[in-house]
Amino acid sequence: MAILRPAGEFDTSYASDMATIRRPWQWCLLLVFLLALFTLPFYASQGLVALVNRIGITIIAVQGLSLLTGFTGQISLGQAAFMTAGGYVSALLVNELGWPFLLALPAAAIAAGLVGLIFGLPSLRVKGFYLVMATLAAQFIIPWFTRNAFQDVLNGAQGLNVQVPVIFGVEFNTPQRYIFLTLTVLVLTTILAFNVTRSRLGRAFISIRDNDLAAELLGVNLFKYKLQAFFLASMYAGLAGSLAAHQLRHINSETFTLIDSIIFMGMLVIGGLGSNLGPIFGAIVVEFLIEAATLLGPFVAMIFPAKSAGVVQALRPLFFGTSLMLFLIFEPRGLAYRWQLFKAAWRLRPFSH
Amino acid sequence: MNPKDTQLSVRNVNLSFGGTQALVNLGFDVRQGEILAIIGPNGAGKTSLLNCLNRFYKVESGSIQFEGYDLTKIAPHRIAGLGIARTFQNIALYTGLSTLDNLMAARHIHMHSGLLQSLIYWGFAHREDISHRMVVEEIIDFLEMEHIRRSIVGSLPYGLRKRVELGRALAMEPRLLLLDEPMTGMNLEEKEDMARFILDLHERQKTTILLIEHDMGLVMDIADRVVVLDFGVKIAEGSPQEIREDQQVIKAYLGEAR
Ligand SMILES: Nc1ncnc2c1ncn2[C@@H]1O[C@H](COP(=O)(O)OP(=O)(O)OP(=O)(O)O)[C@@H](O)[C@H]1O
Ligand SMILES: [Mg+2]
Repeated sequence: MAILRPAGEFDTSYASDMATIRRPWQWCLLLVFLLALFTLPFYASQGLVALVNRIGITIIAVQGLSLLTGFTGQISLGQAAFMTAGGYVSALLVNELGWPFLLALPAAAIAAGLVGLIFGLPSLRVKGFYLVMATLAAQFIIPWFTRNAFQDVLNGAQGLNVQVPVIFGVEFNTPQRYIFLTLTVLVLTTILAFNVTRSRLGRAFISIRDNDLAAELLGVNLFKYKLQAFFLASMYAGLAGSLAAHQLRHINSETFTLIDSIIFMGMLVIGGLGSNLGPIFGAIVVEFLIEAATLLGPFVAMIFPAKSAGVVQALRPLFFGTSLMLFLIFEPRGLAYRWQLFKAAWRLRPFSH
Repeated sequence: MNPKDTQLSVRNVNLSFGGTQALVNLGFDVRQGEILAIIGPNGAGKTSLLNCLNRFYKVESGSIQFEGYDLTKIAPHRIAGLGIARTFQNIALYTGLSTLDNLMAARHIHMHSGLLQSLIYWGFAHREDISHRMVVEEIIDFLEMEHIRRSIVGSLPYGLRKRVELGRALAMEPRLLLLDEPMTGMNLEEKEDMARFILDLHERQKTTILLIEHDMGLVMDIADRVVVLDFGVKIAEGSPQEIREDQQVIKAYLGEAR
């Protein structure tokens, strides 16, 4: 039931049966969609391009969290801290060592992955609530480190100015250009996420999530695979952190905060845990809700003129919080699950009712 | 290995929880290729024994030898690789996965794709998935589960879930199969199916089976030998015929049940 296909068509071989995308017209649809995305700067406003760019980076961070929390069942509130790690590493490699961005980006991912690995160590001993506390430690230690350690390089609380990425002589200095970078990385991370979750590694992850005792009995080395999940999740955070830092052209200990980690978790829940579409749905919906709050702000401000300045600021968390609650009440399995139901109905058409 | 060789030998095993002795100086052998049933009243220590074999519980003293390895000294996740598979009394499937993926997950020990191959997928991991899918499909055929291949196991009825769990254990291609009450809670027809699968499997693969079961009639029909536990103590061991006539067993177990 993994994919949209009408009743009556059956698979001829295991290879095509296992494929994520199985029908030519699905490939076409996907291509058209990607084309529309990549040509966005040619027909959309700068504001929209910037928004899509931001959403793209957010999706990458949430995809990492999805592998760790959605597929492996290890709850983490450290994702933003690992973005900080990736952002700093990438900034330093480009600024100080003169590395090309194309090398600094994967290096930042691996560095953030290793940092995540360290904070994943408690996962062997503790689960659930206690693991949340352990990952929370990252959210305190890493920003503290950037503020207080190696001040001559990291520049303390001020943080670093980050150079604009230059690839083959092209400067990615506007949202219209940057979006190509973000989308390319996003396509890659999406493919990798699909690959992981359909392979032996992903099945080991899901085994741990669904029943860790049974997983161990079936020969899954819990420690090894939990650490691999932490590594992958933090690598994704590292990529997102690097992309964001080079776009903002600045990074300090407060660029990515605990609030971001919490919002990522909310996006994952709204989008749907245990699905590769979850992060995409979740990030888009939440970002657009927050955007809606910004647009509504002026109107609400007219109603409460005395507090007009604070209204927009107040609306964003309100929108996020309310939508999270509504989802937890009405669709705790998230949007990806809705989508599954819709596709199932489509496959059985015209007998869906 | 010869059919009559000892495959698993349990020696002087003791286990207790606080005040209660779950296993007392327990010792018995399982021979290559036999179906050994372990019976005993509720709380006799049958599940605890399996948990010791899997190292979920740590024995206080004694040894458990499997084909030359001391199971009490091996990391739990390595026991699967030695050729031991198990089903659980209360079913422990991966509820969010389909039947097919539950069985594929059980191929873990026979597959080799690591982090990098899994990320890249095309090439090695893909070919490996396909070849293991064939093994899994054979098991699905054998257990007559074609119709639930794509069903999420969490939504299957109890009897079928038990069958999927057996399938998952078979997908590990074990040399010793531990079954903890595989027929409990099933209706007569499901029980007969399950008994047929177990016998078929034993016939075809010569897998050694250690079977815990409450249904005495069934045990007497399919077991080669029977070990009887009561309060963690082995009170009898022998052929079904001998067990049926054993006075102590009748007193402790059969007498109570009938
Ligand atoms: N984790 C545990 N903690 C405390 N006591 C336990 C634990 N596991 C088992 N026991 C105790 O050990 C004894 C044996 O239990 P066990 O589950 O092995 O019995 P059993 O023979 O499998 O029974 P049943 O037929 O009901 O499944 C019981 O007295 C039980 O209460
Ligand atoms: Mg039991």
